[in-house]
Amino acid sequence: MQRSFIANNPSVLWFLLCLAAFTLGVTVLAEATGAGLISTSFVKTLGKVLCLCLVAIAMDVVWGYCGILSLGHFAFFGIGGYAVGMWLMYARTEAIVVENLSARLIPPTPAEVNDAIATQIFGVVGSSEFPLIWAFADSLLLQLLLVVLVPGFLALIFGWLAFRSRVTGVYLSILTQAMTLALALYLFQNDSGLRGNNGLSGLQNIPGFEAVPQSVVSMAFFWASAVALGAGYVLFARVLSGKMGSVIRAIRDDESRVRFLGYHVESYKLFVFTLTAIVAGIAGALYYPQAGIINPAEIAPIASIYLAVWVAIGGRGRLYGAVIGTAFVSLLSSWFTGGSAPNVNLGFYTIQWTEWWLVLLGLSFVAVTLFFPGGIGMLFDKFTRKSQ
Amino acid sequence: MIRLLTFVLAALCLPLTAHAQDLQALLQTHEKIIAKPSRKNVTPVLDALVGSGLPQVPEFLQNWQDKEVYQRAADGLFFYADKTGKTYTLKDVSGGTEVATEVSASDIKQIKPNGGVRKVIAQYLVQFQLSDPDINRRTDALNAISRNLSADQIEPLRASIDGESDATLKLRKQRLANYLMARFGESSADRVAAIEAIAGDLSVEGRAVLSQILETRVAASQALPDGENIARQLEVGEDLSRTEAYTLLVETSGLPATISDNEIRLALESYVDGGRVAGIPIAQLDTLDARAKAYDALAASDVVPARVTQEDIDAALADWGIYEIYLDQDDAVTAAAKEAQSAVNTRVGLNQAADLGLDAISLASIYFLAAVGLAITFGVMGVINMAHGEFIMMGAYTGYVVQQFITNYTLSLVVALPLAFAVTFAAGVLMERTVIRWLYNRPLETLLATFGISIALQQLAKNIFGTQARPLTSPGWLDGAWVINDVVQISYIRIAIFVLALLFLGLLLFILKKTRLGLEVRAVTQNPRMAASMGINPDKIKMMTFGLGSGIAGIAGVAIGLFAKVTSEMGSDYIVQSFMTVVVGGVGNVWGTLAGAAMIGTFQKGVEWLNPSNTLAAQTYMILFIILFIQFRPKGIIALKGRAAGD
Amino acid sequence: MSALLELSGVSVSFDGFKAINNLAFQINEPELRAIIGPNGAGKTTFMDIVTGKTKPDEGRVLWGEKSINLIGRSESHIARAGIGRKFQKPTVFEEQTVRENLAMALKNPRGPFEVLFYRKTQNGSDRIEAIAEQTNLTEQLTRKAGELSHGQKQWLEIGMLLAQEPRLLLVDEPAAGMTPAEREKTTEILVEAAKTRAVVVVEHDMEFVRRLNCKVTVLHEGSVLAEGSLDHVTQNPEVIDVYLGR
Repeated sequence: MQRSFIANNPSVLWFLLCLAAFTLGVTVLAEATGAGLISTSFVKTLGKVLCLCLVAIAMDVVWGYCGILSLGHFAFFGIGGYAVGMWLMYARTEAIVVENLSARLIPPTPAEVNDAIATQIFGVVGSSEFPLIWAFADSLLLQLLLVVLVPGFLALIFGWLAFRSRVTGVYLSILTQAMTLALALYLFQNDSGLRGNNGLSGLQNIPGFEAVPQSVVSMAFFWASAVALGAGYVLFARVLSGKMGSVIRAIRDDESRVRFLGYHVESYKLFVFTLTAIVAGIAGALYYPQAGIINPAEIAPIASIYLAVWVAIGGRGRLYGAVIGTAFVSLLSSWFTGGSAPNVNLGFYTIQWTEWWLVLLGLSFVAVTLFFPGGIGMLFDKFTRKSQ
Repeated sequence: MIRLLTFVLAALCLPLTAHAQDLQALLQTHEKIIAKPSRKNVTPVLDALVGSGLPQVPEFLQNWQDKEVYQRAADGLFFYADKTGKTYTLKDVSGGTEVATEVSASDIKQIKPNGGVRKVIAQYLVQFQLSDPDINRRTDALNAISRNLSADQIEPLRASIDGESDATLKLRKQRLANYLMARFGESSADRVAAIEAIAGDLSVEGRAVLSQILETRVAASQALPDGENIARQLEVGEDLSRTEAYTLLVETSGLPATISDNEIRLALESYVDGGRVAGIPIAQLDTLDARAKAYDALAASDVVPARVTQEDIDAALADWGIYEIYLDQDDAVTAAAKEAQSAVNTRVGLNQAADLGLDAISLASIYFLAAVGLAITFGVMGVINMAHGEFIMMGAYTGYVVQQFITNYTLSLVVALPLAFAVTFAAGVLMERTVIRWLYNRPLETLLATFGISIALQQLAKNIFGTQARPLTSPGWLDGAWVINDVVQISYIRIAIFVLALLFLGLLLFILKKTRLGLEVRAVTQNPRMAASMGINPDKIKMMTFGLGSGIAGIAGVAIGLFAKVTSEMGSDYIVQSFMTVVVGGVGNVWGTLAGAAMIGTFQKGVEWLNPSNTLAAQTYMILFIILFIQFRPKGIIALKGRAAGD
Repeated sequence: MSALLELSGVSVSFDGFKAINNLAFQINEPELRAIIGPNGAGKTTFMDIVTGKTKPDEGRVLWGEKSINLIGRSESHIARAGIGRKFQKPTVFEEQTVRENLAMALKNPRGPFEVLFYRKTQNGSDRIEAIAEQTNLTEQLTRKAGELSHGQKQWLEIGMLLAQEPRLLLVDEPAAGMTPAEREKTTEILVEAAKTRAVVVVEHDMEFVRRLNCKVTVLHEGSVLAEGSLDHVTQNPEVIDVYLGR
């Protein structure tokens, strides 16, 4: 069956080959594993971009294919990050605390260890007790489960409420944006149990691997991100192929007609919304250990809108379009805002790209929407006609 | 020597002038202290001065306080002095007649009481100032009394009431005298009467007086405390926790203190002996039970105090009662005060509700102003303008720029409002012509394109005006607040915004219902194709509508800028709330927007009231509420029905 | 023999306007029925009520042998129960091929997971071929639906309806915008379909209705004005009044 699926979707194969080639290339050139032409920090950047690509294809499925312009998928991404970040922070703080307490004459009691960890983690928000949501923070396995379950459940409940009351189009977009804002505002509070606007930090240090240099850790995460992106791509391509894809695209084009064909549209939307939310959560769980820090600002509605921008520039309704758009815009963005782009001297005024990049991005986004609704991905359509 | 002589002379004169004493002579009896007063010793002198009843005393006290009293080195006499050029003219303390001219600075010494002393002098001055002809002085004096209520002010205050010419001030004096009576009155009946008068009072001062009378201390005792005015007995577990209760017993009644887990650990650490504590290997001491056992072993050999066990604590708590005892001994008074307090609290509660209502209205007006432009464009064109927030920002910056050129704040506001409208109207029309026009029937893409514009505009504003907040100053007549009573008040700016919102509500209703433009707009909203076939140019209507919606955003920007800081990000603070307002209210209807704004404003204020420390939580709950609300009314409060709804 | 679909006492109003007023209607299986009536007679609202899009204020809509009340059920549920609907404007999924359109409509389990793990079967593609044959679309199977002519789109939509294998077909103005030849073919398809199931055709075009040669129901102001053969109803003075005005 898998053979026929790949055979029917050559673009999936092409994508996997490109991804493999890219991963191999980076590995060969990287500091830890090869020639050292690519710095560790750039490996991290590339790894993060791969994670963003993963959440972007999820966004593309939900928006480009199913027609739900969700402005909340970056929130699911952030939840995934928080879920894994809780374990990272807990385990690392535990190691430090145990180390510190071992200097005492008398061995610490479990309660003392626990209190010390809590004080260490929540001291910044004036608390020294573990909130309820940290109940599983000491277990990697359970937290990894939460990476999937929390976004999934949230998407399921929100989606069920929204879809059953037939909220569609821009209404739905605004509602998802409101959900994202509510979540971000909640997390901004000091008593949210997730350290308010301090967020979770030190996530790049992987407990148990303290001795391993960051160059190696970042390489491992890079590979993991590449594998996750490949797997996500195949998963979504599979979902979107055949009759399921047909129904999903039909819902995008004419929802009520699909209903009169006897399909329970809400279930399909809920399925797509939840599945993509879960993938977004996984992408976030891989992203934030590479970023090292997560705070509520990451979840703010604007982030989800940027996600839509990447997908639109890449070309929606094409999975590879989402990948191209995300990689292109996010790398370009870090080049411009990183100050490496040369300033343009107009004689009377010098354009500093750190200041003008967002203006350029905003306007080019308008231009893409107006003149190239197919985005960059449109350029590749000739080659992949069959897969559509 | 001379000083001594004068002193003797003065002392000699004393019996002669006892009934009509000379101020200078009186001063001389306290010469040392007056020349070098300190907080400690100045009080008896002041008592003597005031007690003398001399008419010149207030003036002297005033000058003393103002550092305008000088002492002549030669004879130690006190004078007032005027500086003319480099020399001084000395004037007598009683009467002000010139005594000597062209006195050099080296011959006299200025008396400079320190701040503490001046404060004490001020207290004594108050009673004179209460009848001062200058109303400001009198007001100051009253303020001074109310800051620091004390028993000895009752008499002077009461004495000044009859002579008070100003009605407001007279009322205030009466109230203040009443407060003083309530706290320091001589008989129980006097005080109760005074307290009952306070029950009808809402002022912060009145409430403070009541709570001062009702001040309590907490005491522990084994029997019911005798001869004390007991407020209530505290229940352990309800009013205070076990730990708190026992700690109190430790502090007040000398019971042995509990030994904390940490203290146990420290104690054990200091008795480690060859890797063992009391014979137990330290490696085993990693549970609280094991530690307790080791500690008890130590306690048994009397090297550490014994632990207080839970049973000990239970026994102690059973044995001791913990009471709240009024500091005021008079139970009739405290009972009256308690009753008065509950009456006042009820009224304060009602007034707070009214205040909350005003707050909610003003928040609703802001949301209305911010959202109504959006509602119009959304309703008429089905276009979500994500750059709406940036139009608000643009309006606010227009106001800021205008103030750079026109320094008269009132005038600048008069210019800024229409200018902001014009600027954002133009921006809206430009955006409609260049972008939105091409995206009709593709609402999601409009949303994204306008979002692109929003990013660009925000960054552009940052590049032009910088990241720091810019002030938009309101004219003086908008400063301050309309104070209804001590609880209910509302700032004039918020009233102005409310009026502005009403004005726009009226204006929009007028435009939509009474003008040709409004008729055409409504036609296009309800059936664009039909409208077009009747000769209405939908393009033009859409352009005008979009301009109108954007223009109102500009005006809202000026209004919001008056009470919030103008930053490039101010738009994004309002955009989601504006969307919510439109969605909740129902699309394409000014009344709907009003209802939505009212509901969201009330809800947000309501949640803030329930949880005042946390406005972030209020917003979170509000959004959750809206998501649930949409479940029941997906089309908003005021929904179009049937075919017009377009489904 | 009990009716397949029976409406009784159905009323619905929008903002005070009574779109349907105490409507009674029934149809048997198999039967071909045409509904005519002037604008605003409530023809489309009638279809909306039957298919679950609009909830009536009062009345009953009973379906099938067990007389299940359809009011309050979702559109998809009603569609699965066996009522197919064709809209006035052809609504096919233009981005997808004719085959994909038909495959989607094919009577099969409709749940997301069943669809996700759906395997193509020989039986399914035979059905698609047969329907394409029936609707003159065999040549167009691999083309995108958006590329079809107006008439072909109408046929595709009818084809999708047939693929659903409904027991009742509601067809709204199928002949609008068709060439005479296309009308001919459409009539043929509908008459053929009505041999095995109930078909309700809403139409303005009297010529088309005449060609269907079936019982006609005349709607006016939300209730049935007359019922019978076309000749019978066209001689009814009330009907003439309504159509020609007083």
